[in-house]
Amino acid sequence: MINLALDIGKTATPESFLFYFLAPLSVLAAVGMLLVKKAVHSALLLAWVMISLAIFYIAQDALFLGIVQIVVYTGAVMMLFLFILMLVGVDSSDSLEENIKGLRLVAILSAVGFGGLLISLISRATFGRQIYGLAAANSGGNANGLAEQLFTKYVFAFEVVSALLITAALGAMVLAHSQKSKSQFTQRDLSISRFRKGSLKDAAGLPGSGVYALHNAVDVPALLPTGKAAPTSISAVLEARGDMIESSNFQLREEEEDK
Amino acid sequence: MAIANYLYLSAILFTIGAVGVVVRRNAIVVFMCIELMLNAANLAFVTFARVNSNLDGQVVAFFTMVVAACEVVVGLAIIVTIYRSRRSVSVDDASLLKQ
Repeated sequence: MINLALDIGKTATPESFLFYFLAPLSVLAAVGMLLVKKAVHSALLLAWVMISLAIFYIAQDALFLGIVQIVVYTGAVMMLFLFILMLVGVDSSDSLEENIKGLRLVAILSAVGFGGLLISLISRATFGRQIYGLAAANSGGNANGLAEQLFTKYVFAFEVVSALLITAALGAMVLAHSQKSKSQFTQRDLSISRFRKGSLKDAAGLPGSGVYALHNAVDVPALLPTGKAAPTSISAVLEARGDMIESSNFQLREEEEDK
Repeated sequence: MAIANYLYLSAILFTIGAVGVVVRRNAIVVFMCIELMLNAANLAFVTFARVNSNLDGQVVAFFTMVVAACEVVVGLAIIVTIYRSRRSVSVDDASLLKQ
């Protein structure tokens, strides 16, 4: 029996340099993902972890997976995450205070326990034979080798996964589709409702803003032929906001008319 | 450097992801932590493919990526739906079943 941790194929120096440079950085980024407040920063740190994992894949003779990791994960999945973050509000920062008392302590303690278990397990594991690496399996090219496996040994799983992809796309469309709770009024509906109101006063539509006044901006009520302001000529939103300007300011004054 | 170092890294990343799922409350961050766990498992698969001198591990990692993509699409759609009805993506707010 050969100890997995000690005797299996040692890697070449460049790869170990790469590992010792990138692995602490990716662990730091992963820890930072938990500590930063804003979800966008978490997403960027996760993207960094994924890119360094892609580099590890390529270093381990999994060229195709490394490229797919960058294209699918950092390209598509992380962009999807960022899109959703934009949808639900970028500045929705998480409050980091704990709701359940002692949850964080319990989580960290159990993480130390679980991680320690995994690590001690790996360090004690033994592997019965010599490691040769992937040179033979990749002799016809990594993508070719993977395709060969995928379309012969794993062809059924491949088909199932394609069905899963279609189902997921349909599911996402169904879930994200929002039905309008009430249909919008058409011009015809509005016209009918104007005539059904009982009086024909507004049947031709409400007066436009600024009509008959010296100032025709949208926030100035129209002046009726009687000289009075018509508040219905202003959008209800402007009125509620208090952005309405008194139209009497723009009215022709008696003394001006005299001159 | 022993190849097992990749496995240690994978174990550490997986554990960090698990802590994140428990500790964080923003549903999107929880989702990202799940992604981290899936990626850590993928690293172990790729490493074992190298140890075993065949490509089966890489094929499994490839399938994991596809399933993870499906999971993200559906999960994010659910998050958007919850956000539409509750105006919040905190996992603590969706607790109607408790009352």
